[in-house]
Amino acid sequence: MAEIAYWEAIRRAHDEEMARDPMVIAMGEDIGVAGGTYKATAGLYDKYGESRIIDCPISENSYTGIGIGASMAGMRPVIEIMSINFALLALDTIVNAAAKIRYMSGGQIACPIVMRTPGGTAHQLAAQHSARLARMFMSTSGLRVVTPRGPLDAYGMLKSAIRSNDPVIIIEHEQMYNLKEEIPDEEFFRPLEGAEVIREGTDITLIGYNYSVHLCLEAAKRLEADGVSAEVIDLRSLKPIDRETIRESVEKTHKVVVAEEDEAPVGVGSEIITGIMEDCFFALDSQPVRVHAADVPVPYNYKLEKAAIPNADDVYHGALKALGKI
Amino acid sequence: MKDADKKRLLREMIFFRRFEDRTFEAYMERKIGGFLHLYSGQEAVATGVLEMANVGQGDKNDYVITGYRDHVHAIKTGAPAREVMAELYGKETGSSKGRGGSMHIFDASQNFMGGYALVGQPFPLAAGLALACKHKGTKQIAICFLGDGANNQGTFHETMNMASIWNLPVLFVCENNGYAIGTHIDRSTAQLDQYKRVDTAYNMKSSQHEGMDIENVLPAAKAAIDYVRNEQKPYFIEFMTYRFRGHSMSDAKGYRSKEEEAEWEKRDPIKIFSKKLIDAGVVTAKDIKAMEKEIDNEIENDIIKFAEEGPEPRIEDLNKYVLDDNPDPRWIGPLQK
Repeated sequence: MAEIAYWEAIRRAHDEEMARDPMVIAMGEDIGVAGGTYKATAGLYDKYGESRIIDCPISENSYTGIGIGASMAGMRPVIEIMSINFALLALDTIVNAAAKIRYMSGGQIACPIVMRTPGGTAHQLAAQHSARLARMFMSTSGLRVVTPRGPLDAYGMLKSAIRSNDPVIIIEHEQMYNLKEEIPDEEFFRPLEGAEVIREGTDITLIGYNYSVHLCLEAAKRLEADGVSAEVIDLRSLKPIDRETIRESVEKTHKVVVAEEDEAPVGVGSEIITGIMEDCFFALDSQPVRVHAADVPVPYNYKLEKAAIPNADDVYHGALKALGKI
Repeated sequence: MKDADKKRLLREMIFFRRFEDRTFEAYMERKIGGFLHLYSGQEAVATGVLEMANVGQGDKNDYVITGYRDHVHAIKTGAPAREVMAELYGKETGSSKGRGGSMHIFDASQNFMGGYALVGQPFPLAAGLALACKHKGTKQIAICFLGDGANNQGTFHETMNMASIWNLPVLFVCENNGYAIGTHIDRSTAQLDQYKRVDTAYNMKSSQHEGMDIENVLPAAKAAIDYVRNEQKPYFIEFMTYRFRGHSMSDAKGYRSKEEEAEWEKRDPIKIFSKKLIDAGVVTAKDIKAMEKEIDNEIENDIIKFAEEGPEPRIEDLNKYVLDDNPDPRWIGPLQK
């Protein structure tokens, strides 16, 4: 076991998979000579060369499309989109091509691409660099959408994503690239499906994904000090969603909070809570609570930005509301 | 080219025209749904270009990809015509098992990588197929057929640039029929000569050719394909052509004159080639009549029959093919608790 950062975990997964399979390539802006904005491919250009670590011009839709085309002929491209905001430019090839080709072709052609992109707010990056957008991809049939919360999943899920035969969107987070965690030295895999109970509790269920998992964990600690035992679930996969793990937890705790960094309308919280209503409505003792961003484009000003984005305190207060304490 | 091959090419073009005409009838009978875009008038382009490519040889084929006007490209690449027709009928026995329809014919066994409804979307997909060919070192190339209207999409510019800087073995075939759906090219496009849009802008070799006479198409296509395969570089080839029918079945063609249509009909690729072959003594008018009769028989008694008699997809299979139906649990899960 060694403690490594999130970006190092991604780099290690790339390195191992590229060494194993010559069909694995990486594509993106500044990932080669420049070493990658988040260092996720640092040093790999020297090791694998320009034909496998491909520096792309700023043409998100078409280099993603080129990756998809290559995957249709048996390659395994890992595409880095520098910010999920820029993924909007590639929506046509992701949603209209990658997600639909297997189906439209009657199962003849797979598109085993991986698209990695950070989706979340960082520090005063303003409206056009702070989108989260998980909700946009999780609503598309034919895609897998996963959200590794730390180095263990960042490594293990990227390896699984490269080997799976489906198009996989991995949503990372600018504030998590330096997050550290101990992970095994030997090779391992983490499956793309399945939510995970990462803290057991009996009084309330806090549900997060991506960065909001950490807000839930922090809120759980504060609740513990109040004598409340909070269970924390990391969704891990937003498409498909593991409703069974959520149901089991809610049937135990009878109260639930969903924490999402995105705006609320038509979002992760709406989807999760609808699932709870359908699966275990009568297990609830109080109304479910959504903790979410303000419904505004993310502002630049530091105080406004902080006010727009949920933090651990907001999750804590959401829990108090579900517990009937406020 | 041998006389027998010329005769075969004429037969193929007549077959493609009759096939499309028959889909028109089936559409009017409501046996075919959705949108239907017919290729009539442009036969010399796909027939001539693909004659010079590696097709009909299964997985050794060059990769072929196109837009929604895709029936003829699919068949010439090697997809069985009866399966294409069955796809239009929405049958399980269709090329795409009834999941794609007219605009989404696929035959992976022949490297026919699909018809796409998003104008310009195949540009990057074709470049990606070419990237895979280059990476594997197979000497296969990718061939992308699109109309002039596609060249006003961002994907055109983005892909020409990347195909050029990465030296991808891809042939872009521009079938310039003068219309982007119902808008004439001189109202939609600043540079009317499409081949000029890539030469200096993207440092790519390109050329323009008359596209109604297959004897013009064949040598031009051969030179371009040889260049792409041997030099491992992209090439953009433009053929001037005309679609005789509307953009799709719902198109009343109100945007063009009867005089213009009549002018182009004089340049009907089948008439041109028929006359040439009759004049050269390769075929007689009587041979052509016999050919037509044989084709109509084949279409009616084999192709339409196959499409009519094939089973519909089962409702129970609605959710098949969304994702890998037999995923490896090591990568997919579920997560062990």
